[in-house]
This record gives sequence, C-alpha cells and structure tokens, in this order.
Amino acid sequence: MDLFEYQARDLFEKHGVPVLAGAVATTADEAAAAAERIGGKVVVKAQVKVGGRGKAGGVKLAESVEDAREKAGAILGMDIKGHIVGKVMIAQAAPIDSEFYLAILLDRSNRTFLIMASVAGGMDIEAVAHETPEKLIKVPVNTIEGLSKAQALKIIQDAAFPADIEEKVAEVLVLLWGVFVAEDATLVEVNPLVKTTDGRVIALDGKVTLDDNADFRHPDHEALVDHSAANALEEEAKAKNLNYVKLDGEVGVIGNGAGLVMSTLDVVAYAGEKFGGVKPANFLDIGGGASAQVMADGLSIILSDKDVKSVFVNVFGGITSCDAVANGIVQALSMLGDKANKPIVVRLDGNNVIEGRRILTEAAHPLVEQLDTMDGAAARAAELAAK
Amino acid sequence: MSIFVNKQTRVLVQGMTGSEGTKHTKKMLASGTNIVGGVTPGKGGMIVEMDGHMLPVFNTVKEAVAATQADATVVFVPPKFAKSAVIDAIDAAMPLVVVITEGIPVHDTAAFFAYAQAKGVTRIIGPNCPGINTPGQSNIGIIPADITGSGPIGLVSKSGTLTYQMAYELRDIGISTAVGIGGDPIIGTTHIDCLRAFQDDPDTEAIVMIGEIGGDAEERAADFIREYVSKPVVGYVAGFTAPEGKTMGHAGAIVSGSSGTAQGKKDALEAAGVRVGQTPSETARLMRAILKR
Repeated sequence: MDLFEYQARDLFEKHGVPVLAGAVATTADEAAAAAERIGGKVVVKAQVKVGGRGKAGGVKLAESVEDAREKAGAILGMDIKGHIVGKVMIAQAAPIDSEFYLAILLDRSNRTFLIMASVAGGMDIEAVAHETPEKLIKVPVNTIEGLSKAQALKIIQDAAFPADIEEKVAEVLVLLWGVFVAEDATLVEVNPLVKTTDGRVIALDGKVTLDDNADFRHPDHEALVDHSAANALEEEAKAKNLNYVKLDGEVGVIGNGAGLVMSTLDVVAYAGEKFGGVKPANFLDIGGGASAQVMADGLSIILSDKDVKSVFVNVFGGITSCDAVANGIVQALSMLGDKANKPIVVRLDGNNVIEGRRILTEAAHPLVEQLDTMDGAAARAAELAAK
Repeated sequence: MSIFVNKQTRVLVQGMTGSEGTKHTKKMLASGTNIVGGVTPGKGGMIVEMDGHMLPVFNTVKEAVAATQADATVVFVPPKFAKSAVIDAIDAAMPLVVVITEGIPVHDTAAFFAYAQAKGVTRIIGPNCPGINTPGQSNIGIIPADITGSGPIGLVSKSGTLTYQMAYELRDIGISTAVGIGGDPIIGTTHIDCLRAFQDDPDTEAIVMIGEIGGDAEERAADFIREYVSKPVVGYVAGFTAPEGKTMGHAGAIVSGSSGTAQGKKDALEAAGVRVGQTPSETARLMRAILKR
C-alpha cells in the first residue's frame, strides 16, 4: 500500500523523524482552520499518489489564512494525471537553504534492502540516476545487523553531504531505517530532505510503501487504507476476500492462480484484436479452493460490472479438481438466478476434467458454453463480448 | 538424474500436523516422495499415521535431522511463524528448504534469505511457490503429481498454475524436474539457479522458462542464457495487459514505470536467442518443434 504524503509525515513524526507541522484537510474551511492553527505562512499541497503535482499546480504557498482557504479551494477537486485531489495537506512553510535525497527500499535484484542518498534533492531521482549517476550513491543494508549510526554517517559522507549537517542527516537516516523496519515498509523515501536557513534538517516530503503481507502485525495500518480511491467493485471483492483488480475491457475473467489469470488476460486481449479490440474487464484469481461460494462471489462481482459483456472462466485443475469447480459454477448460477445474465465461456482442464465437463454438460445452463482449449475459449469469449 | 531432488531425497514436513500440511503430506507420499517425518514445535514425540505411513513428529528440525537424516524440508506453516520455521531449518544446516507458505512479510523473507546466505549451506525455494517435482522420484510441495511423467524437459516458473498448464501441454513428452520458484519480491532460488542446474543436468534436453511482470529476473536470466546455456530454451511471459501500479495477485507481479514490463522481458529473452511464445499453448508448440515431437 502506498501512503499519502500526510500519512508518511505522521509516520515519520511517530518515529521521531524531524518534520514540519502539518494537517490534512478535505475542504477549504478545514484548510483555513489548519492554517490558523499552524500560524504564519503555509504551503497547501495536493495529496495524490502520483509524481509531478508541483508542475501541475498542486502545490501553492499561502501568505495568510484567507489565502490558504482560497488556494485549498482551487487545488481540491483538481485533476492531476487522472487523480482527483480529495485532500490537501497544510504544512508549515520553511526557509530552505538546500535540498537533498534519502531513500531506503527493497532491492529485488539483490534480494536485500538498499539505501540511496544524493545531494541532488528535490529532483526526479530517476533522472539523477540517469544523468548524473555519480551524485547518487547506493549502499546495501545487512538485513540481519541493521543500520548503525557509524554506517549511516559513512554513507552520508560518501554521498558528499555538507560537513556541517552530516551528523544530523546520519541521525535522520537511522530514524528512517527505524520507520522502514518497524512499519514493515518496502519504500521510505524523503525528497527533499532540506536544510533550513537556520540550520535544521527536515523531511519535507515523504513517500512510504507498506507491505500488505505484514498487516497481521500492524492492526493500525488498516486506518491508512484510502477507501475513496478504490473502485466500488474492488472494495466489494476485497470484503469477500477475493483477489480482484478492475480493468477497462469487456470480457470478465475468472481463473485460478495469479500466473494463469495474468496469462488469461493476455490471451483474451490477443483474441480480442480480431473482434474490434475487445479486452479483459478484470483480473480475478479465485485461488486453489474454488468452492461454490467463492465461484458465486466471483461471478456475482463480475456480472455486476456494467462493462462486462461476456465472462471467461479459465481453470486448470491442479489441487482443485474440475468437478468441484463445475459444481461451483452450477451452484453459483442457481444462487445468482436472474442476476446471471451474460454468456459464460468455461474452459476446464487438468485434475478430473472429464467429470467436470460432464457436470456442466448435464446442467445445460443456457448461458454456459464449454470449450476445450484456453486459446479457443478466449476467442469465443471475445467474440461474444463483441456482439 | 534431475535437479535439486531425486529418489534419495529424505523429506521433512514443517507444519505437517496442520490441515494444509496433512493434506499435502498424503499427496506427496502418494506420489512416491520419501517423507521421513514432520516438525511441529510442541508436538515432538508424537507419531502420526498418514495413509498407512507412521511418521514421527519432532519439536525442531535439528532433532528431526538427527533422527531421520533428512536432507530436505518443506514448510507449510502460516505466515506468522514461517520465518522462525525457516531459521530453524537453516540452523540445522538443512541443504534444501522449500517454502510453500503464501503471504510472508518481505522483511521476514529478506531476513531468512540473508541468514541462509550467511551460513552458506541452505538452498531455499520460494516462498509462495508450489514446490519442486521430479516425476516418479520426489515431489516436494503441492504440484499435482499426475499431470505428467518423467521426460527430457526442464521447467522453471514463477507461477504454480502456469507450471501445471505447461506440464499438461507437454505431458506426452514429460519433464525432468519442474521448479516453481514463486511470485514474491524476494525468492531463494531464481530462474538463473534453475537454468544453471538444468544446463548441467544430463537428463534435461531442453528448458521451458516461465516468467511474469515485475522485477528484472527475466532480463538477468536472458543475460545468463547468453553466457552459459547451450541447451534450447523456450520462454513465456505473463502480464502483457497488466496496468502499471496494480499488483496482479503475486506480491512481486507489478509494473512500476517502465520497469518490469512483459514486453521488456520478452525482448530481452528473444535477444538472447530464446523463442518466446505468445500463449502457453504456442510456447508448448515451440518446444515440440525444437524436440521434433
């Protein structure tokens, strides 16, 4: 889960990372109240999970409470690269002397964690890495031993931070490592980390990604979930414990196993090229079990998607046996009754496939059509969606 | 021959007394796997009957190894306890640890992977993987044993069901060993580890490599193939239609910016001489053409 800037700020504050006073607001009035509480000049910052908001006009300095109200009013509701701004952060303004970059992230390639530090702060770090790689240093962290103050200081010195702040920055880096570990993050990025004209070191903007797999030991992370952004169908699927992602096509897809479902989406898209560019409408992995209830939940979500014109159920019976899946489909359709109103193409293969196919043939549901191969079934589902 | 596991492999099941552990221990036994015992902390001393096999349960992997000379273990314990189970196995100098458990926090995986590297003895497969199957010899994990028999094709994949699908498409030819390496951001055994082992395995004539979006493992594998692999390799990559920023089921299957795309992976593999199929069926046909079967 990616956090908003204000959520990252709060997490930083909780772990002692130096941040400026800040508050989140969803209306212009709330923004004005926050500006009044904070006092002095404030910065009104759009809260969107996408880069480039400054260039898009989503960050404005406000001289007064009234100015903050006005600027917040203008920024709220703004469309930044397809993200509608629903919240702004009102942050204390700081006199900036210089800007830096710090990050701790999961390094998949090397199967460890990585610290990145640069004196080229405030810029797109990918551009820094590309154009002036000598300005970005990358140091792996020993995941067993963690990060000591001495190691942090060495990294900051190697990255050529100004000597007068290297101690302070090293302290911040150790605190950020604390956030990374304590919160089960896969990314903690500060850009920019600033030195103020009065010599303070402050995390001015932060990006944090949390590992959803670790939710079981972080009950407080649930409160960070942004329900407003999720698609209604995705929310419903999540409530039913289904692994569902809404896409923008017309063929609803249900399958078992993440890899097979991803592959099914691709095969549907290839097949769809012959039928006016029909595409998959969703990713839905029903996993190993595939009971009637799971199948009914899955079908019901897909059939309630108004963009869906046909459904493709693609199951390879590995652990799951095809007769159980076939029974699941039959029972799901009887549970759904009239709500089942779109053609369903089924391809079963693998464990107990003959029995599975027989069950569907005997049920002879008018909406259900069986095909033997994945490619053939994808083509038929695409054809039906194009009608 | 085969890679990593064979008829002699003596297998422990960590979490054998749990419901998943019990179900799959029976299936593994039925497919001929030499299971020598289980580990469940607090249940040491029990003897469990699994379809006629009497299996001893131990509190720790170390005790189990001392009593059974096990040289592989498969982990079915829930995510919360997976890290300590794997550390327990590494402390016992276990040569092979297959981690089936899905949903392990990546900080835990990073920790046990680093620990295994530091000790230098243990190969980890997974986590979040279906396991490894050398048909007719040893099937460790949850790969259905009856899809295909023994043959000349080595199969390595991030995805379980795509492994099954591919083995099914090629069932008349058969496989030497199938390895499901898992779809998590950090995994213990990579495509490259398997490609190297298949290249060195005299019973493997050709290799199918299945990848998916996210990370750069396929690109690295392509570089490795160019350098080291002389046997024919056929590839498949899932996730061409996956949108940026959305995780596709597997924690590691995510496209961020221009990195991790299916097209990038396909291009890298093709540049290394790998024939890449557009669908699983086409990939199987490419393999048939190579083996002339």
